[in-house]
Amino acid sequence: METLLQQIINGLSLGAIYALIALGYTMVYGVLRLINFAHGDVYMLGAFSGYYLAHALGLDGNPSVLGAIVVTIGAMAFCAIVGMLIERFAYKPVRHHPRLTALITAIGVSLLLEYGGQVVFGATPRFFPQMIESRTYALGGVQITNQNLLIILVAVVVMFGLEFIVHRTRIGKAMRATSYNLQVAKLMGINTDRVIAFTFALGSALAAAGGVLVALAIPRIDPLMGLMTGLKAFVAAVLGGIGSIPGAMVGGVLIGLMETGLSATAYSTYRDAVAFGVLILILVVRPAGIFGSTAVEKV
Amino acid sequence: MPVGRKLFFITLAIVALAVLDQLFERGFGDLRINPYYARIVSLAGINITLAVSLTLINGLAGQFSIGHAGFMAVGGYAGTYLTVYHGAAIASFLGGTPLEGPGSVLVMIASLAVAACAAGLAGLVVGIPSLRLRGDYLAIVTLGFGEIIRVIILNIPAVGGATGFTAALPITSFFWIFGVALLTIVVVRNIATSTFGRALGAIRTDEIAAEAMGIQTTRYKVAAFVISSALAGMAGALWGQLFANPLNPQNLNFVKSIEVIIMIVLGGLGSITGAVLGATTLTVLPEALRTFDQQFPGLRMVLYALLLILLMIYRPQGIMGRRELSFAWLRRSTRDDGPAAPAAGAGKDAADG
Repeated sequence: METLLQQIINGLSLGAIYALIALGYTMVYGVLRLINFAHGDVYMLGAFSGYYLAHALGLDGNPSVLGAIVVTIGAMAFCAIVGMLIERFAYKPVRHHPRLTALITAIGVSLLLEYGGQVVFGATPRFFPQMIESRTYALGGVQITNQNLLIILVAVVVMFGLEFIVHRTRIGKAMRATSYNLQVAKLMGINTDRVIAFTFALGSALAAAGGVLVALAIPRIDPLMGLMTGLKAFVAAVLGGIGSIPGAMVGGVLIGLMETGLSATAYSTYRDAVAFGVLILILVVRPAGIFGSTAVEKV
Repeated sequence: MPVGRKLFFITLAIVALAVLDQLFERGFGDLRINPYYARIVSLAGINITLAVSLTLINGLAGQFSIGHAGFMAVGGYAGTYLTVYHGAAIASFLGGTPLEGPGSVLVMIASLAVAACAAGLAGLVVGIPSLRLRGDYLAIVTLGFGEIIRVIILNIPAVGGATGFTAALPITSFFWIFGVALLTIVVVRNIATSTFGRALGAIRTDEIAAEAMGIQTTRYKVAAFVISSALAGMAGALWGQLFANPLNPQNLNFVKSIEVIIMIVLGGLGSITGAVLGATTLTVLPEALRTFDQQFPGLRMVLYALLLILLMIYRPQGIMGRRELSFAWLRRSTRDDGPAAPAAGAGKDAADG
């Protein structure tokens, strides 16, 4: 029973990371109907920009919560800008091309960030400075580190924040309108270019937050760290229903739980395959995902 | 084409391949191709098979698969497994060993057949659920499938797991590589110019309209996918048995799939000769850039990525567009200076590059 609870705690914190990244996939897909393949690599950039920022500010020697917050916000701001630049220079020129063209472009951007990362940062892993002193809390036999607790907490706060932005603010309303119909939203006087840029900035900032949080818990970072995590986060978004914010959250947590659950069994080497197995299953059973609605395609 | 002419062309192809095989593998006396160049040509042949087979699903049917390396891995491992564990027994039917004598021909054919069947079956399993859906999902499923295959192979001790399949015999030769490449080109070209090809074209242009016209879209898509996978599987079997290097799932990952996609996008999505052109270019280019690679490690892949993005923005149709390079087209474009518009029947008599 205790091991089960322990696995659930571990799964929750892993799932919270997937959820943070999945939110970015879901938002971009909602607005542009584009699988932003580069999103996982923005998460990697988040971890690396945090790493360099921490070193530049001399925060790597003395762990402090304030320092961690500064580094996280810095990385989020950096990645928000990177996200907007990617959209402006790679995706905007192909927005009116067939979707296949946009998809290949996204793959190109992803490769560019991965290999560019290997050239700039070097292919060998770096070790993220310990910004928060590791503490382990024991709750009736179940152990949880403060980093994992932080990850879960941040993910929950972010989800409510996003729900607020999307449903209660002016820009959120514009986002929903753009997602519903880009052309008509434009006709109604919405600056869709700005809405799309904002969506990319927001999603990229969330990925960056995920990157820094992961690096705080698991300090080993390398330029290819975003590849697998990004793909699994995308699966999480599809599982929850792409375009749905609570869906991304639930999907992320489910994938996290399944992965840690499998790790505890004899089949732990199949860990990386489980997310994709789930994906194929969900596409057969319910392609719209848990929270998604089946859209009727108009001719 | 009448049966007589067909037979004539098949014989001609076999003789030509056998002569070239001799030239590339053993040479005629002093006339011998440098083994390094022979190796590059062999690699180009395998890449042509991969690129042209992917053209069928990505170019003609307009679906987007990014897991081609996964099917290549299935075929490669299945074919190599057969040769390694049952090669001697199969060869003994006709006499000789898997490496020489008439038995070796049988081993190669069996290996290719098993590779094609295994990869085709994998294509069926992946294709049926994902091809019912539209657009991007296939991309993700094929990508996921590639990863699943990789993880499964890593967990099979009989084929070496993470250390690779070291027992591979280098039984592939120029003859088989280009034989399969030719077969792939002929199969895909024949599909492209048949009813099947027109159905795929309709699906690519507008799936809903195609369905309304009575085309069974899922059936056609799955059929194209299975054929494409089977051909990729044969390329895998050839690749796995070309060098003494072990087959390793790490070499057949996502990056390999992307490489094939870059080939067909560069050549022109939907064009068979374009795929041949793209595959050849992207096999020779890395070799030409070898010194550059040593000076700036990793920069080549960055340039590839940039090439892909810029290509999509400025020339999404690639080098060839949907056109085919053919003798008729060449004659026309040399005769008059105006841009040669592809004639309606151009695809029909398109020669193979």
